[in-house]
Amino acid sequence: MTYTAVPGLVETKDAYGETTVIVDTARLLDAARYLRDELGFSFLSDVTATDYLGWGDQAVAGYIGTAAGRDLNRPGSHGLAHRPARKPKRFSMSYHLLALRAGATRVRLQTFVDDGEPVESVIPIWPTADWHEREVWDLMGVNIVNHPNRVRILMDEDWEGHPLRKDYPIGGEPVRFSGEE
Amino acid sequence: MATVERHPVRPGKQLIYEGSRIPRRCPTILDVPAHLAGNEDINQINFGPNHPSTHGVLRLVVDLDGELVVGLRAVIGYLHTGFEKTMEQKSWWKCITYPERIDYLSFQTNELVFVLAIEKLLALEVPEKATWMRMCLLELNRIHSHLVWLGTACLELGAISMFWYTFRERDQILDLSEMVCGVRMHTRYFQAGGLAEDIPTGFYDECWKFVEQMPKAVDQYEDMVDRNRIWLERTKGLGLLSADDAIALGQSGPCLRASGVDWDLRRDQPYLFYDRVYFTVCTREHGDVWDRYKVHMDEMRQSVRIIAQCLEQLQKFEPGAPWIADDRKVVLPPREELHTSMESLIHHFKIVTEGYRVPEGEIYTTIESPRGEMGCYVVSDGGAKPWRVKFRAPSFVALQATATCMHEALIADMIAIAGSLDTVMGEVDR
Repeated sequence: MTYTAVPGLVETKDAYGETTVIVDTARLLDAARYLRDELGFSFLSDVTATDYLGWGDQAVAGYIGTAAGRDLNRPGSHGLAHRPARKPKRFSMSYHLLALRAGATRVRLQTFVDDGEPVESVIPIWPTADWHEREVWDLMGVNIVNHPNRVRILMDEDWEGHPLRKDYPIGGEPVRFSGEE
Repeated sequence: MATVERHPVRPGKQLIYEGSRIPRRCPTILDVPAHLAGNEDINQINFGPNHPSTHGVLRLVVDLDGELVVGLRAVIGYLHTGFEKTMEQKSWWKCITYPERIDYLSFQTNELVFVLAIEKLLALEVPEKATWMRMCLLELNRIHSHLVWLGTACLELGAISMFWYTFRERDQILDLSEMVCGVRMHTRYFQAGGLAEDIPTGFYDECWKFVEQMPKAVDQYEDMVDRNRIWLERTKGLGLLSADDAIALGQSGPCLRASGVDWDLRRDQPYLFYDRVYFTVCTREHGDVWDRYKVHMDEMRQSVRIIAQCLEQLQKFEPGAPWIADDRKVVLPPREELHTSMESLIHHFKIVTEGYRVPEGEIYTTIESPRGEMGCYVVSDGGAKPWRVKFRAPSFVALQATATCMHEALIADMIAIAGSLDTVMGEVDR
């Protein structure tokens, strides 16, 4: 199957037997509609965001240390001398699509966004995106727009911050009744 | 092969397609109809989060007009434990313990989907014996999950005795699990590269006993409820979900097949050795609670068939045939070698302290779990810990169909419908 006619196409990648179609964020809905109506990807399996903070930077062994000790607000390098090449923008949004027909073709529709950059909701195309997009907003803080009900889904309504971001502190929340409050 | 038509799409309209019952404003919220809004006879009640028939901690905010459900909103997140964040802090081989705890009914399925992702990134070859054993355990696990579903779904509708009968067979499966892995649940028996230990002697005999008994037990369950007037009236024609709505809402597994979509990843996108065994994909056409119940029953029979074929294959292997890949950079060396070989000791030390490294890349693996398409999206930066792990939980998606299924339902039917979607809240909230 060829993806050359996908609207807003930036590039297609093949790795580990999977195809990734990277598109321009502004034309995400056009690309999604094309994939569903013309190429038959009627089933949206999953919506995921990934935070690539720190990719392309030099890294040191272990965690990044400060005078006060291990800096939990910076992602660790796990002993790598270099992180892999920098991604175009900080976050990626991945839409895993499936065509329900012989051969079970799968494709990953991907777009890169910066912090706060709007991403159009794909609910008009795949209604199942509703909770997936709420989760992406809740845990990763990607700015999904035109969602009919964009509220937190897994965390409390009054939670601050987006826990799956790489700069979200680990073990940073106060423990109640521990005497440290 | 599957014959699934593309559902008709009317471009330019807000509707997904005509005749859809998916609520308009938001696909997962059933709004109170305009002519009832503001009516003081409408009662809003909280169903859950702690309620015996919510399969965990699910909260449904329900608007009632008498006994009729006119508005509905599901609130989740009460079991959120941050598995994905935790896994980013652990090395790859330590991570394998986490996915099982996400879904406590089909633990081995979840374990496998993550292990397959690691194996694909590392391009590891798995011995044939390990693959057959994995399939055998997966199908046992599927029966286990379906049994708990059947027991609790009947319990909620008042058929208490069914629960005791299903737990009789469930206990046998857990005994088998204990025999193989040493623990009854959350086994951590699958390793990147194969199995943690060799298959114990006596397992095949015990498993054959189970294979003999299970079809009789399924007949027994059906005898108990199939002609029961109360069961029939409380399941038939309720919680309808059409094939097009099911696809648009991303439903998978028994929910999708009960709506008449002939789709099973085991057949349509074979993994392990599912292309080498005979089984039938069970479908029904109406998409009501009854059909979902029937799909579960038929699937248990098919799973028994697959287990029997796996056992036949497993018994062809010589005792002591390899059960894990021979790759010392990834697989722990045998325990006895640590006393005699310096090399093995070093490899053991490196894997345990630092872990193995996985090449940079992203991957999305999917398998057919008892509840549907279980997906695992993994991003590696080339280090010893995953950069990002995301699970596509079938229960999470199944619960999104609650609003669509709940059209013109009574409050008592709501319990049957929510139960029939077969959700495990641990997996929903992760």
